[in-house]
Amino acid sequence: MKTFRIAAVFVVFAMLIAACGGGQKPAVKSTELNLYAWSEYIPQAMLDNFTAETGIKVNYDTYSSNEELQAKLQAGASGYDVIVPSDYMITILKKQNLLEKLDLSQIPNIKNIDERFRNLEYDPGNEYTVPYQWGTSCLVVDTSKVSRPITKWADLWDPEFAGKVVLLDDVREVLGMVLAVLGYDKNSTDPAQLEEAKAKLSELMANVKLFDSDNPKQALLAGEVWLGQTWNGEASIAHSENEAIQYIFPEEGCTIWFDNLAIPKGAPHIDAALTFINYVLDAKNSILITKEFPYSNPNKAALELLKTEDPALYEAYMSFPATNPSDEDLKRTAPIKDIGEATALWDRIWTEVKGGE
Amino acid sequence: MAAETSSVSPAPRFSLIRQLRESPHAQGLALISPTLIYLLFTLVLPLLLVVVLSFMTRGPYGNIIYRVNLGNYTRLMDTLYLRILGYSLLTAALTTVGTILIGYPLAYYIARTPPRQRSVYLFLILVPFWTNFIIRIYAWIMILRTEGLLNSFLLKIGFIQAPLDILYTPTAVLIGMVYEFLPFMVLPLYTSLEKIEPAQLEAAADLGARPFMAFLRVTLPLSLPGMIAGSILVFIPAMGMFVVPDLMGGAKTILVGNLIRNQFLTARDWPFGAAASMLLLILTLIFTLFYTRRAGFGEELLV
Repeated sequence: MKTFRIAAVFVVFAMLIAACGGGQKPAVKSTELNLYAWSEYIPQAMLDNFTAETGIKVNYDTYSSNEELQAKLQAGASGYDVIVPSDYMITILKKQNLLEKLDLSQIPNIKNIDERFRNLEYDPGNEYTVPYQWGTSCLVVDTSKVSRPITKWADLWDPEFAGKVVLLDDVREVLGMVLAVLGYDKNSTDPAQLEEAKAKLSELMANVKLFDSDNPKQALLAGEVWLGQTWNGEASIAHSENEAIQYIFPEEGCTIWFDNLAIPKGAPHIDAALTFINYVLDAKNSILITKEFPYSNPNKAALELLKTEDPALYEAYMSFPATNPSDEDLKRTAPIKDIGEATALWDRIWTEVKGGE
Repeated sequence: MAAETSSVSPAPRFSLIRQLRESPHAQGLALISPTLIYLLFTLVLPLLLVVVLSFMTRGPYGNIIYRVNLGNYTRLMDTLYLRILGYSLLTAALTTVGTILIGYPLAYYIARTPPRQRSVYLFLILVPFWTNFIIRIYAWIMILRTEGLLNSFLLKIGFIQAPLDILYTPTAVLIGMVYEFLPFMVLPLYTSLEKIEPAQLEAAADLGARPFMAFLRVTLPLSLPGMIAGSILVFIPAMGMFVVPDLMGGAKTILVGNLIRNQFLTARDWPFGAAASMLLLILTLIFTLFYTRRAGFGEELLV
């Protein structure tokens, strides 16, 4: 009996070792690419074209928050080749040594990227990342339901909007917005300021119909809510379906973010990853992104090409502030930054407010 | 000497094979070893990982610092988290009651129909579950929303004057939960009810019991094992549910499932999330033990 048990343990260990030791890098060209990106973010048509042109098969896995991505990478060899982290997450991933340096000589198409979006604070010299899309999360209003002009976040607290507000289900966006309304830094780690923001947010809860990060346009288009906070891409789609839906850069300011293509440490198909990144930055491929997911495109060459290829879409893109904010609008935006240890306090406040304290 | 070693050394090798050939115990173990190995990798090891993790500390970037302490558990004893737990217990209990109220008449009816129809009805109960859960929840959102099917219907027949505000409230969460877990109650109840011999009810009638009395004194007690099995199957997953409160409750309330999910995916505090999952696990274990001690594991659980 005992011998049998020992034998069983040995078999298990042998299998374990065999399973762990198999990851030797092949010297030949990769025929596969494991992509890990936001849901509703990479057009399938672009991936199909990529496979048709290069013979590299793409496996597309999705996540819905930067933290989810971080969790997966932190847990150890994820097997992914290309990821799409946002600005503040890049800072964290760099500190945790989870990103592979990019060989920019293999990404000549980086020249297509508008200089305004190269060499940004979170990645000087684009050592680790290249821009994919960028955007904002600001105020959205259905002007067919709300007759008076809305110019600031503070309007959300108005009693006339009881049960008519949608907010992103994201503590950094929501509590950051409340801090901005109070006149504080939206990345504050000061417990007193956060306590004040918590009380202010509790007051807003009576007006909040729902929190939704995945599909906030849905409640807006259904007439369930009249105004609130949303991603610019969601607002663009909602606007194209209902012209009355407008996107506003509030006086207190709102969030700007940059999503970037990067290669995680230990990626099994680095050659394919570089080929893919360069492919995505190509102008004609980049157009597909704007057609399907109308966030803001940092690819200058792509926008030039769009002007001749699809003038109507180009016009819609350029004239709507959600996709093409003016310099004046952009002055009102600021990025989210990592708040380190204070994350626990933010999460506690979020739990308290939602827990009904 | 040489003869002795040769007679000894092959023995262990043979003893293994011999054991396998002769001992039914070893045979049984060999036969279930694939399952055991599977459980070891997918249940035991991950669970151990969670246990270990729950005694660690969160690092500044959401990494894990390997310093053993009880901090996560003392933090859980805070009134905030206990209230969330209490609210989750209440929601799960109400879901269970709801599935019994709707499921019992349904199971009763199915058990009383001719056998050929029964399989059709049981099949119909399962059919919706071939569709993706999220899609079915979105269908409920379409029905319940202010300008949705239910409200426009009720307004049209003049039953209400102003649209009901159901979506994104606790009521909507309860509707979604009861809907989702109904089959887990109906199937065990059906198994119990179907086994009741009509002769027993006839005997009750002969002895002077009116149908209602016969139901209370005969049918109900005999269907109790099914109800208990159903309650376990509904209550436990309902405790950990987080999708329905998010989508149909507008993510405005936090259940313990949401709390755990948030720790892993937004607060990046794995150790605290692990501690919260341990608490949930222990609570459900106590609940299951309590129920099975009182009622025993019937075959109803095996449907």
